[in-house]
Amino acid sequence: MIRLEKRPQPSRAWSMATPVLAVIATMVFGGLLFAALGKNPFQSIETIFWEPLFGEFSFYYRPQLLVKGAPLVLIAIGLSLGFRAGIWNIGAEGQYIMGAIAGAGVGLAFYPLDAWYVFPLMVIAGALGGWAWAMLPALLKVKFGTNEILVSLMLVYVAEQLLASMSLGLLKNPEGFGFPGSRNLNDYAAGNSWIAQDIGLHWGVAAALIAVIFAYVLLNRHMAGFQIRLSGEAPRAARFAGVNPTRLILLCLGLAGALAGMAGLFEVSGPAGQVSIDFNVGYGFTAIIVAFLGRLHPVGILLAAALMALTYIGGEIAQGNLGLPAAAIQVFQGMLLFFLLALDLLTNYRLRRTVTEGN
Amino acid sequence: MSQPLLSLKGLTKAYPGVIANNDISFDIGAGEVHALLGENGAGKSTLVKMIYGLVKPDSGTMTLRGDAYAPAEPRAARADGIAMVFQHFSLFDALNVAENIALGMENPPPMRDLASRIREVSETYGLPLDPFRTVGDLSAGERQRVEIIRCLLQDPKLLIMDEPTSVLTPQEVEILFKTLEKLRAEGTSILYISHKLEEIRRLCDTATILRLGQVVGGCIPRETTARDMAEMMVGSALKTPERSGRALGEVALDISGLSVASPAEFGTALKNLHLTVRQGEILGIGGVAGNGQEELLGVLSGEIPTEAEAVKLAGQPVGRMGPTERRTLGLLTAPEERLGHAAAPDMSLTENALLTGAVREKLEHRGFLRWGAARAFAEKIIAEFDVRTPGPENAARSLSGGNLQKFVIGREVLQDPDVLVVNQPTWGVDAAAAAAIRQALLDLAANGAAVICISQDLDELMEIADRFAALNEGRLSEPRPTEGLSVDEIGLMMGGAHGMEVANV
Amino acid sequence: MDLSGINPVLLIASLMVAATPLLLAAIGELVVEKAGVLNLGVEGMMITGAISGFAVAVETGSPWLGFLAAAAGGALLSALFALLTQVALANHVASGLALTLFGLGLSALIGQSYGGQKPPAMAKIDLGPLTDLPVVGPILFGHDPILYLGIAIVAAVWALLKFTRLGLILRAVGENHEAAHALGYKVVRIRVLAILFGGACAGLGGAYISLIRVPQWTDGMTAGVGWIALALVVFASWKPWRVLAGAYLFGGVTVLQLNLQAAGIAIPVEYLSMSPYVITVIVLVILSRDKSSAPGSLGRIFHASS
Repeated sequence: MIRLEKRPQPSRAWSMATPVLAVIATMVFGGLLFAALGKNPFQSIETIFWEPLFGEFSFYYRPQLLVKGAPLVLIAIGLSLGFRAGIWNIGAEGQYIMGAIAGAGVGLAFYPLDAWYVFPLMVIAGALGGWAWAMLPALLKVKFGTNEILVSLMLVYVAEQLLASMSLGLLKNPEGFGFPGSRNLNDYAAGNSWIAQDIGLHWGVAAALIAVIFAYVLLNRHMAGFQIRLSGEAPRAARFAGVNPTRLILLCLGLAGALAGMAGLFEVSGPAGQVSIDFNVGYGFTAIIVAFLGRLHPVGILLAAALMALTYIGGEIAQGNLGLPAAAIQVFQGMLLFFLLALDLLTNYRLRRTVTEGN
Repeated sequence: MSQPLLSLKGLTKAYPGVIANNDISFDIGAGEVHALLGENGAGKSTLVKMIYGLVKPDSGTMTLRGDAYAPAEPRAARADGIAMVFQHFSLFDALNVAENIALGMENPPPMRDLASRIREVSETYGLPLDPFRTVGDLSAGERQRVEIIRCLLQDPKLLIMDEPTSVLTPQEVEILFKTLEKLRAEGTSILYISHKLEEIRRLCDTATILRLGQVVGGCIPRETTARDMAEMMVGSALKTPERSGRALGEVALDISGLSVASPAEFGTALKNLHLTVRQGEILGIGGVAGNGQEELLGVLSGEIPTEAEAVKLAGQPVGRMGPTERRTLGLLTAPEERLGHAAAPDMSLTENALLTGAVREKLEHRGFLRWGAARAFAEKIIAEFDVRTPGPENAARSLSGGNLQKFVIGREVLQDPDVLVVNQPTWGVDAAAAAAIRQALLDLAANGAAVICISQDLDELMEIADRFAALNEGRLSEPRPTEGLSVDEIGLMMGGAHGMEVANV
Repeated sequence: MDLSGINPVLLIASLMVAATPLLLAAIGELVVEKAGVLNLGVEGMMITGAISGFAVAVETGSPWLGFLAAAAGGALLSALFALLTQVALANHVASGLALTLFGLGLSALIGQSYGGQKPPAMAKIDLGPLTDLPVVGPILFGHDPILYLGIAIVAAVWALLKFTRLGLILRAVGENHEAAHALGYKVVRIRVLAILFGGACAGLGGAYISLIRVPQWTDGMTAGVGWIALALVVFASWKPWRVLAGAYLFGGVTVLQLNLQAAGIAIPVEYLSMSPYVITVIVLVILSRDKSSAPGSLGRIFHASS
């Protein structure tokens, strides 16, 4: 018999080791999945994890890592603050869309004005768009005690419909020959986020790094970060300590919304280029996996986002080279979260073999 | 002598790092009230859990009526005629009395029959109870009745009672004892767990005393003095707190006309409270838990906002202020629940020192944390209050109850409060730690602070408090000086057999 | 705009169809939450049920086997959730999210080869003269068997919770798991069974979408119904018959907006399409003041330490 026994305190070593173990377990079971699909498991895993970094065409794929990783980092950092405080915003996808719509809307309104302030205004509008969308569940929770999980998620579907409406209506490219979608911001020098497109560097990458440092300082050095952690660990103790739950909810959801909105803006004004019906590709949901895989720690999130970006790019290569279905990568990512949650047990509990007595 | 009902031989149970029970042997005779006596942490709970089938012994045997007895689960224990009334009731607040009782039976009759049987048994034993009331609305004494009736319906041969009087007023204790004496007269054995010596002397036929997981002796309580039993239980003579004469100063805290609803679903609303405490005074507030104690602490800590004028600190209205502002002004509190309320279980002691100490100990500067200072403060608490832990980086949950309580009380005392409010400061704490905590409160008052001590332990309040008031269903009695206050008077202040239907045995 | 094309009898009959997936998923989740478990993976279990039901129905030609497979598929996925939360003691919220993300991927993977296919139709029950009755016939007696099964499950769950010992134990476990454990009830076992039941119901609900309501397979076709089902349980204050009423209310909104779209009303399609989600939020706001009927141990992790 194996028995669980609570550790007197969480194990630091296991806390570091579980993500690594989860990745290894996912590789093993993912390999089995790929084998079941009739693909060579070793080749598949190698294509996903090795090819983008060191393969023949890595010069093309490496910049892609930055492009895919930056929005994941930005969104996951925001989510992790809320998750730490026990505030479950799972509607980052909607906040991401609204940031993109608001930011691109401002940019398109200035088109074709060529001024230095256009892009900063777009960033602010993007952040505000995401912030406002996150304020809806926040205010409803504060005022009426409404469950933020369900509201933030419902608002994703609403945002998707708004996105469709925008790309077919208000923001549609007047010179687009009737095709859905806005003007391409890549053709608008004052309103796009690229710093150096050939190495995948755009302002979102810079913002992601700043967000990591900001979150690290907040959580480890600042009273607000301490209050966030305290609220998640022991809500009653937090109120006793003097934490104002209302302010905390507004802060966490607001920050997450603003960061997701900025991620949306950087994406729409760079890699995606335009507001279109299928502009969002699920970064808002994948970021949830990233946040957990990174143990809700800023540096961990940076590493986890890099890994997730790798599976996205590697998955695309495997799709092209080996005919591995796109959905297989989604399953692969879901599996990773499963293993992580299951293995997390080892951080707080010890497994002990019990000797069955009396036989 | 006839064959004992239950005989324990060499029972041993070890948990990592601690041997909870070591080679325990004793007998419980038929129709005998047997006391199991010991301090918190002596191993009483583990022992009864083994008898009730909740925990399996590592070694040792039990014999019930001459046959080997090894219950795999509580169901098996109940089938063999063993019933247990828990200290923390295993009741379901949202369900009614009859449903709660049905859950504790193997083959409950249909609800209607069960209800009439509940009425029948409750009248026979003088424990009136309405089967269709929601349990969450009952008082602590009535909730205990639910548990007892649940046991009696099984027609038990052995009834285990874990600290049954800790939630009762003195009058309610009388009613309970009459019920238990009636059961004894009918031939039911009772294993009575307690650390209250006077009631054991009054009720029990024999006693077994545990210390640190071992049997250290047995006695006939009626023929033994309380002092002798106490020394066996603790293992050494105890130092009683020193109480020096204190001069009372100005009114430090003034509550007037305070009424507030409870934020908890089955909580108690506070109704028109009035009280004052002076500098250098300790006000004891007694009463059975669940009569508004948590709410009163919440009102004083700032977790429950009230009318501004309802709570005044040195004349200044503070009713609307949050916990941080009140701490700045010198009003500190220590709630009852250590893990999760007074301290965050998974956070380190340094972080827990920061939890309430940030303002007064200057552990933050413009929002940025001074970790070095926080650690130093935690180390100071550990040193001055003799908290047993390897160091301040350890999680709060790794500490024993008594050590964590010393940390929590020490954290507030060392911040030099003008007014300190504590709720159940020594609940579940071993005798040595309890004595240290009481001494700290007395010293604090001697230095001019006003102290409010909310406690269920009447002996404790008589020992340290200058005045005593009782909290009963959210109402506070008029405070009276503790000197010369009799048990009967205290019982009346606590509302007698409050809220319960009158018993006729 | 032409509203005369909207026939009230057909509207009611079709709202019952539209409500059934929601009803099945929500009544399953109600049992799960009554046992004290918060499974946010309803959407993932529904979509898994939708594809496993669709695939088996297409391969075997039997919609009945399809529904059976859907229930099994949903239950199988929920077993993963049970493993995470009951054995590995993982956080309920995170595990539920993982289940949804995983279920969406898995269903897309299985479903690649089933796009554009038509599943075998399930015969509607025919009660002869009763079904031919005007107005009452199409509303009460002209549906497929699964719709009636849904209502029967609601009645069964209501009776189970109210009248049986198993129901009492289930409520006790959800109300206070420590006390239930102290009385000797197998908290984990009861919860695992409730989770499996919830998974099977969600699977049936998903298959109802892919086999009857739509009927075809597209990726992510449950489109948030699982999340609305979660909201519905709160809306219903954990009472079975209120789940039924709520499901019909949401079914009505869905059908009405589709009818309005078809009738070419002047409101843009996107705004009509978002209406069920907006209404869910509004209903949540109205009802969130009253939390008193939520099970006491909902979403808390149980570990028998002694």
